[in-house]
Amino acid sequence: MTILIDRHTRVITQGITGKTGQLHTRQCRDYAYGRDCFVAGVNPKKAGEDFEGIPVFATVEEAKRMTGATVSVIYVPPAYAAAAIDEAVEAGLDLVICITEGIPVRDMLRTRARMRGKRTLLIGPNCPGIITPGDLKIGIMPGAIHQQGRVGVVSRSGTLTYEAVAQLSELGVGQSTCVGIGGDPINGLKHIDILKLFNEDSETDAVLMVGEIGGTDEEECARWVKDHMKKPVVGFIAGTTAPPGKRMGHAGAIVAGGKGTAQKKIEVMEACGIRVTRNPAEMGKLLKTVI
Amino acid sequence: MKIHEYQAKAILSRYGVSVPAGIACFSVEEAVLAAEKLGGDKWAVKAQIYAGGRGKAGGVKLAKSIAEVRQFAETILFAPLVTPQTGPQGQVVRRLYVEQGVVVSHEYYVALVVDRASQCVSLIASDAGGVDIEQVADSTPEKIHKIQIDPLEGLILQDAAQVVRQINLPESCQGEAASMLRALYQAFDENDASLLEINPLIVTPDNHLIALDAKMNFDDNALFRHPEIAALRDPDEDDPLEVEAARHGLSYIPLDGDIACLVNGAGLAMATMDIIKIYGGNPANFLDVGGGATVEKVIEAFKLMLENSGLRAILINIFGGIMRCDVIAEGVVSAAREVKLTVPLIVRLEGTNVELGKKILADSGLTIISASNMADAARKAVDAAAQHRSGTATATGGL
Repeated sequence: MTILIDRHTRVITQGITGKTGQLHTRQCRDYAYGRDCFVAGVNPKKAGEDFEGIPVFATVEEAKRMTGATVSVIYVPPAYAAAAIDEAVEAGLDLVICITEGIPVRDMLRTRARMRGKRTLLIGPNCPGIITPGDLKIGIMPGAIHQQGRVGVVSRSGTLTYEAVAQLSELGVGQSTCVGIGGDPINGLKHIDILKLFNEDSETDAVLMVGEIGGTDEEECARWVKDHMKKPVVGFIAGTTAPPGKRMGHAGAIVAGGKGTAQKKIEVMEACGIRVTRNPAEMGKLLKTVI
Repeated sequence: MKIHEYQAKAILSRYGVSVPAGIACFSVEEAVLAAEKLGGDKWAVKAQIYAGGRGKAGGVKLAKSIAEVRQFAETILFAPLVTPQTGPQGQVVRRLYVEQGVVVSHEYYVALVVDRASQCVSLIASDAGGVDIEQVADSTPEKIHKIQIDPLEGLILQDAAQVVRQINLPESCQGEAASMLRALYQAFDENDASLLEINPLIVTPDNHLIALDAKMNFDDNALFRHPEIAALRDPDEDDPLEVEAARHGLSYIPLDGDIACLVNGAGLAMATMDIIKIYGGNPANFLDVGGGATVEKVIEAFKLMLENSGLRAILINIFGGIMRCDVIAEGVVSAAREVKLTVPLIVRLEGTNVELGKKILADSGLTIISASNMADAARKAVDAAAQHRSGTATATGGL
């Protein structure tokens, strides 16, 4: 199978009754096998009702028990989103994908600490979600730009991921799974974790890794790639022209104290054997040269 | 969000952290009155701006008489202070903090920061205080001590005591210091801070601890639960255009180039700046209209970009996901009509409802240079900017 999700995944939507939750649940359900996959929603106040045929439960635990779902996606507003992650972790789900943007760092620090030693994986927050083209889309990305294939994509950004995917599809290079890990400083799975999954995935031949300024996750990932990755990896880092000390939209995208510059990341990635393009219009082209 | 030193000290003193007695002042007369009220025989007169490096730049003076307080206040207040963090134009000082002078026996450094890699708050401490800590970290890393604080347990006494010993605080004040570190963490945690820095933390000759300077930054995402901190925002310290942008839910940062860009999504916005540079141009701003932009938001975004008098071109790069291309197109058409555009407009649309978006632009009768992809858009923007520049030069030459 591809990584993290496929047509056999069963999904609970936390925040299914909100405007955002409704919009994206509809779109996800219309994509590929979505109709089979989105089996439950959660809202304690609306338990017993349904959203266009999808039953709404009071808790994640109940939704899991009644439907056998193992994955949840969260569209809950920022003030309550960390608690929603906690609930999914407590219910013992395999994977939680948190789309919500703007969760306080303090909440995420506590949630991540509570997740230690638990089985649940987290993608996000502040991310577009995950899509396995032709199988299942969980998140807010436009499904139509994707094409089924054998290249893995991982990125911290939303629309920049779409840009990367569209370039691949335009060149006839399909994707196995595309993962948006999100633009927040305190998040779940990082580049390195996704690369490990792609490395073991029999349906992925190469990986396009898109990063941006801030933090040192890309560097850490690159060092792992150098020693362990069996498949070609190419990359792009956004923010070469970003001034230091300014948060570039994403909470995690800031060059501070001389750390997290695009130049440094590119340097480390190249030293670790990852080919990196400086030109964001050539991500697809570069990937095509390695397959 | 940042706050001033005196505001940070007010917060910290509520948690039992010792700070010098001080009064915030908005005029020279207030500064003189403050010194008289504080009493003693020496006072620190400190410029209150958000940027660091105030001391070396002449923004912090030690006065040994009331006359000197007046003299320093007159020099510092209402003048621009240029530090390595303000940029060459400096930041005009509009507030002073007058503090009772204290005798320093030794200077230490203490900070709390969110550490992304360990997903904890880190406590960083050093006995090399009072100087640029980055330099200490580079030249003598062994002088920097760092521990990670468990988010669920907080800073436990044992860990605080260990750090206090590591930085060689005098034994007689180690207990006081450990309590202070815990108070600092409590202040950090309860107020959703993203940075708390005490540089220097000083020991007096009678072995008492005082936070001589204090810097606190806060998590913007958490301000909704701290209205009292949000209210401390000093509008004079923020770029007025960034403030205006934030009011409309736009993320905007002015840069020094001449090609403005309007993009949806922070990553794509940075990549758009980067590609403008690659094709030989200079981006005039970072502007992320976000995922839920409305026609009104796009109009506001145009107004912001046009505040830049040196503008030569505008590049719009939209990859529709949640954001629909037709909404952007309608916004662009309305904005271009409303603001009377005089610079070339280059538009690249992709994603959700792209055909509809392109049709709206084509039917508008506006002169729009449409681009088929990111590279095409950047190339056309750089060319158009160059032509607009030479066109302007010719016009000026003819006058």
